[in-house]
Formats: sequence, C-alpha cells, structure tokens
Amino acid sequence: MHIVVCAKQIPDPETPPSAFRIDAASNKVVPAQGIAPVLSQFDGIAAEAALRIKEANAGSKVTVISLGADSAAAAIKQVLAMGADEGVLLNDPAFEDGDSYTTAKTLAAAIKKLGDVDAVFCGRQAADWDMGQVGLLIAEELGWPVSIIAKGVTSGGAGLQVQRVLEDGYENVETPLPAVVTVSNEFGEPRYPKLPQIMAAAKKTVTQWKTEDLGLSAGEVGKAGSRLKLETLSLPPKGGAVELMPGDTPAEQAAALVAKLRADKIL
Amino acid sequence: MPRNILVVGELAGGQPSSTTLELLSGAAGLAEGGTVSVTLLGTGATAAAAGCAGATTAYANDDAGYDTFNGERWLTALTAACDQASPDVILIGQTTAGREIGPRLAHRRGSAVAMDCTSIVAEGGAIKAQRPAYGGNALATYAFATSPAVATVRAKSWDAVPGAAPSSTVALPGAGESRTNVTGKEQVVAEGLQLQDAKVVISGGRGLGSAEAFSVVEDLAAAIGKDKAAVGASRAAVDLGWYPPSQQVGLTGKVVTPDVYFAVAISGASQHMAGCSGSKVIVAINRDADANIFGFAKYGIVGDYKTVVPAIIEELKK
Repeated sequence: MHIVVCAKQIPDPETPPSAFRIDAASNKVVPAQGIAPVLSQFDGIAAEAALRIKEANAGSKVTVISLGADSAAAAIKQVLAMGADEGVLLNDPAFEDGDSYTTAKTLAAAIKKLGDVDAVFCGRQAADWDMGQVGLLIAEELGWPVSIIAKGVTSGGAGLQVQRVLEDGYENVETPLPAVVTVSNEFGEPRYPKLPQIMAAAKKTVTQWKTEDLGLSAGEVGKAGSRLKLETLSLPPKGGAVELMPGDTPAEQAAALVAKLRADKIL
Repeated sequence: MPRNILVVGELAGGQPSSTTLELLSGAAGLAEGGTVSVTLLGTGATAAAAGCAGATTAYANDDAGYDTFNGERWLTALTAACDQASPDVILIGQTTAGREIGPRLAHRRGSAVAMDCTSIVAEGGAIKAQRPAYGGNALATYAFATSPAVATVRAKSWDAVPGAAPSSTVALPGAGESRTNVTGKEQVVAEGLQLQDAKVVISGGRGLGSAEAFSVVEDLAAAIGKDKAAVGASRAAVDLGWYPPSQQVGLTGKVVTPDVYFAVAISGASQHMAGCSGSKVIVAINRDADANIFGFAKYGIVGDYKTVVPAIIEELKK
C-alpha cells in the first residue's frame, strides 16, 4: 500500500502567549525569537498511523508531502526519520498565503502526480489555524471517500477500518481505497526517531515541485486562487483583571470566593 | 441587502438541536429580508421542522438511514436543498456532522467555509466571519471571494429566540448510497450530568499531579450539586490518562459555556481556553501566580488546590 502523509510546519503552539506577536500590516504572526517552528503535532500522529500500516503490510511505502517554504524541509525530514520512504516539498512563492482550498488543491495535484497512491493521511487539523478542512478538501478534489478524526486506523476488510471519535464515544467506519483519513490525538503519541534514523533522513533527497510541475497556473494557487480572504488577524480582547481573593489562609480565601459567587447569584 | 440563508439543522431527541435554534436566530439577523430555510434529516425530521422558529421553509426527510450521520448521504440531501433554496449563506453547527459537512458542502457548491466561527456579521453588504486562530492567541476575520459564504459556528455564539414556525415543508430525497459504511458504535458517556448541560463545570489539569487527585475535583462538584456541576479535564490531564477523553475541555474536546467554570491546577494554555472562554465567570485556582489562567479569570485564588478546594467545599456547606 502507498500512503501519503501530509505534513505542515507551524509556529510552535507551546509558544508562551507573552511571546506571541502579530504584525498588523501583513496580518501575520511574527516568529518568536529562539523558538523553532515544529511539525504540526496532529500530522506527526498521522505519520505514526501510516507507518504502523506500512509495518503491517509488506511492500508498503509512505511518502510525506509538505506545502511550505525552504524551512518546511525540516518537517519532511522529521517524518522521514520516523520511517517514511520519500519526501516531496511543494515550494513556490506562488503557493504562499493561500487558504485551505488552494492548499488542498495543490496537495491533491501532487498526489495525482505521484499516481499510485492508495491512501492519504492528514492530521485532524493544523495546530495553527485549526480549520480542520484540508484533508476533507483533498478528498473532494480527488473524488475519494474520507473519514475524519480517527483514533484508530488499520488496513483490512474493504480497505481501511477507521475508528472515528464522536462527542459521546466512537464509531467504526469501513472505507474502500483509495481514501483520505484524518487522525486525532486520541490515536496516541508518535514515535521518536533515534539518532541513526535522523542521520539517515538528513542524507535523503527531498523532491521539490513548483506550480508548473503540478500542471497548475499561478492564478489558481496561493493567495491568488484562494476563496477565503483573511482580512484581519488581531490579538483577542483580554478579559478584565483578575480579582484575587484576599485572606491569609485557604479558609479565608474560600470564604471570600463563595461570598463573591453568591453575591453574583451564580452559585 | 436581502440574502437567502440556509441552516443545516440537526436533531436531538426528535427535536431541533439547541445549536440549530441558535443558528436560526443568527440567520434571521443576517437575512435582511431574504429567506431563511432549514434542513432536517432523520427519524421525526418533518414533525421537528415545526420547532424551527424563524425559518420560512423546512427541507426534511424522515428516512432512518440519516439517523447515524454519514457525510456522503447527508451531502446528497443537502445539495438537493441548496439547489432549491439558492442560499447566499450556509450556517452549520461546529459539531461532529458539521466538521465534515462544512468543507465538503462548501467545495461542492464551488465556495469556501470558515470553520468554528464565533461571530458572523453582515458588514457593508458582505459577510464577515470571525474565528479564533493560533489556539485562541489570535482572532481572525475573513471575507468570502466566492458564494455561498459557508460557516460552521461554535455553540452559544447566538442566543436562540422565539419565532414563527416554517410555513412550508419540502421533502428531500431519502438516504442514498455511501462509499463509507458505519459498522458499529461504542458509546463512552460519563454518568450523570453532561458537560455541555452543566451550569457549573469544574476542570482539573496537569497540576493536580495524579489521576487520584481528580477525586478532590469530584468532591467539589458533589458539594455544588450533581444536578448542577460536571467535571472536566484539560487535554494534558487526558493525555496522561488521568481522566476520560469524553470529559476533555478545549479546542479538540468539548466547548463549554457554563455560568461558572472552575479551573483547578490548569495553566490556561490557549487551546484549553478555546473550550471554556465563553463561560460567564472563570475561577482560577493555581499555585503559580504567573499562570496564564489568571489572565482569563474573573476570580482567582493563588494557592495549593489540596488545601483550597477542601476549604471551598467546607464554605459551601455553611
């Protein structure tokens, strides 16, 4: 089975809010000093899901694709070090500042170019914009079935067996191949590559494709092709200052708190 | 500018869900003289359409084949509704169904969706969708270059309002084919009051230190009342296996909007705050006076939960 993992490099979501800055002129997040961008955590989990299927099915292959600038090669190398076989970076200034639609359209074009793909695994959402739609839109672009927010995925039956997380549990879904699956944190932690694997991945060549390599035109990718236009990106309004409960002992503080909540008629 | 709004409704216990009623209320404000329609799919849909206050037309089908959500079956029916209602705006709840329907329906209508919105307004004749990004560290506002403007909307973004029942109901096609097939379901539901229904939510975080420590949090819920208070957990606590995933509050868990939210030993990571920032009052209990949670809380106690929470329980007994 040939599985494609879509991987995105994002600003570290663990960046402390105090170091989070927005450049109002460009509507972009200013990279925090000294904090390197990371592989979106859900994409690492999607890679883990793909690698487990590869290991259970002899002759399988995993290709990792990322749409991003030069720095996104690091996200690809990380998934290669985990055990993926090949990496493709979709790197072209024309791809920049797109929306979920152009991102999915570009990724889908690369998947079509690969040609022999049986399944595409994505994280349930990128941990920066949190839209959770690229996997679904890749499926629509390719005309494939899709199962989202998986806590488990195995090969078998008609194709793939997916456990989809619901608000009150989970359901078992069977999907034929080719198919798209998005994977959630309930799946479990991704593996940590060991040093020899990191060294081996560093030596691997990452294929680079541009707009024309994918049979697309500059007007249908990136900002030019996007359907959703980001107008403003701003810091959310802060709540009022916290009122700390007075008192020298927990009992006094608790009494002050309960009095406040009762006075507000909310308890 | 008059615009036609289509609300993708969902059923809960044979009635339009609370989110559906909220979306209808929001739709009334955006229509500006255009039509408001609603879709309902599954057993009892036609009867439940009468409860869709504010919609003029309901598109419904009672086929039990719609009861278990299946994206492809629903999309066929929703496409039929769109063909008839010609919506300029499609509103969908940010639910299990909505997370899948939003992007797929938008794509099939040649347009785009803004996911998990907290505000949709008409501004200068155009629809603007606002939503948190970067785990709640930022607020993004979008315009649509294509029509219809599709948005999934977070629960409680609007208040439901009374209104007239739909004057007509149009039958949608019955459930058709789907390539994906649901073969079974495992329900994992916490006993008693559900998180989203609770007037008071008390959540524990990594700072509790152990699974056993959640008993202190549960004791506080019991002291407030089992009919009023439910217990939640941060993703960190859930990932450590201290509390069930069904009780996770946050961006990828449940979004709760209680009257009062107690954050016990929770640092206040932005992805957690995305799940509780709509609470009327947040009370933070944390040893670290610099914890991010104090930036969101109305009331705070800097102290060890091990002594503070029992003291609150004692005080409530008075």
